[in-house]
Amino acid sequence: MSLWEYANPKKFLNTSERLLPWFWGLSAVCLVVGLSWGFFFTPDDFRQGSTVKIIYLHVPSALMAINAWFMMFVASMIWIVRRHHVSALAARAAAPVGVVMTLIALVTGAIWGEPMWGTWWAWDPRLTSFLILFLFYLGYIALWEAIDNPDTAADLTSVLCLVGSVFAVLSRYAVNFWNQGLHQGASLSLDKEKNVADVFYHPLLVSIAGFVLLFLALVLYRTGTEIRARRIKALIARERAGA
Amino acid sequence: MIALLIRDMRLAFRAGGGFGLGLAFFLIVTVMVPFSVGPQSELLTTIAPGVLWLGALLACLLSLDRLLALDWEDGSLDLLATAPLPLEAVVTVKALAHWITTGLPLVLLAPVLGVLLNLAGEGYVWLVVSLAVGTPALSVIGTFGAALTVGLKRGGLLLSLLVLPLYVPTLIFGAEVARRGATGMDTATPLLMLAGITAGVIGLLPFASAAVLRVNLR
Repeated sequence: MSLWEYANPKKFLNTSERLLPWFWGLSAVCLVVGLSWGFFFTPDDFRQGSTVKIIYLHVPSALMAINAWFMMFVASMIWIVRRHHVSALAARAAAPVGVVMTLIALVTGAIWGEPMWGTWWAWDPRLTSFLILFLFYLGYIALWEAIDNPDTAADLTSVLCLVGSVFAVLSRYAVNFWNQGLHQGASLSLDKEKNVADVFYHPLLVSIAGFVLLFLALVLYRTGTEIRARRIKALIARERAGA
Repeated sequence: MIALLIRDMRLAFRAGGGFGLGLAFFLIVTVMVPFSVGPQSELLTTIAPGVLWLGALLACLLSLDRLLALDWEDGSLDLLATAPLPLEAVVTVKALAHWITTGLPLVLLAPVLGVLLNLAGEGYVWLVVSLAVGTPALSVIGTFGAALTVGLKRGGLLLSLLVLPLYVPTLIFGAEVARRGATGMDTATPLLMLAGITAGVIGLLPFASAAVLRVNLR
């Protein structure tokens, strides 16, 4: 049993079809529980009032926006090294999900920033680097759409993803250098003590789990769609050749 | 390699090569700025370094789609790919030729346009230095973008969408050097970062460009 068995589209489809209902169901449960718990059953923050509750959308979507790109990076690497088509298609499938996550993070951040910082937008390092990430996503998707030959498209977008990752990190540090900004430090991290109170922390964890599962479900589903679309194309081509 | 460099430069300088178009574009963008923000000289002094950097960057971008497309159309790119010269070297030479025909003139023209924008006195040296250090990175990154989009029919717009985010770090540090220079602050840190980006990009990106070009020539 090895991970590489799932490079076989049929095996991938079979397994993902069995997993998908679970992912959909669990993510729905987590999102409903996490968000309603967060929105209706937590106290207002004593300084931020009820605006603190946007954290249940903002933090998970920001987290997934970055992790989606990271997943695309790994998938692109696998495509370049081992040339498994499923991997390239998964990277393609993840990109639009990542864009939406980036947008949610930017928009919820702006909605929160207006009452809290008094501005919808500031050229703060974190905000700026998210905007740049958004542009990278757009470029990546546009390149996929522009090329007809699927293998060429997979190759080119993979290289773009690798190069883009380096530049995205570079931009992150460049804007950091440029000004220190308004955005507070990370609310969550694995190695430090948590700096969010428990009342807010537990529902946040549940909504993060919900977003992760939602992302997995969407990517598996979209990858399955891509695989089927490619099969249909192959069948049509074969029929034309036969007739 | 030298033969290729001379060939590319000759093609760029001759009629139809588009040499001078980039410079004219740079001039026009700079002239347009006071029309759009108003002619107050203090305001212009503040924004001059950034505007000049942005203008140089856009002028650089403008000439990118000709960088490989013409060779792609007439098939000389296939010949270059089968030549004994490794494709990485071809790409580097092309970027170098692009820099000599676009980046270098921009560097030389920038202080003249600085006068138009009322650039502060100490700013001229730093503007030239930062552009001289930064524009090679723009050419090399641009070559990568051109290699990505070379096979596409309407690659021009896509090229800008792909290349501009990659220009962000160079632009930030380059404009920062020019800005700090103009206001008399210490420029060492951003200048070193800029030089680091240029060196790293020249060293690594030709491999990616060549890989992409191989895919496109397949």
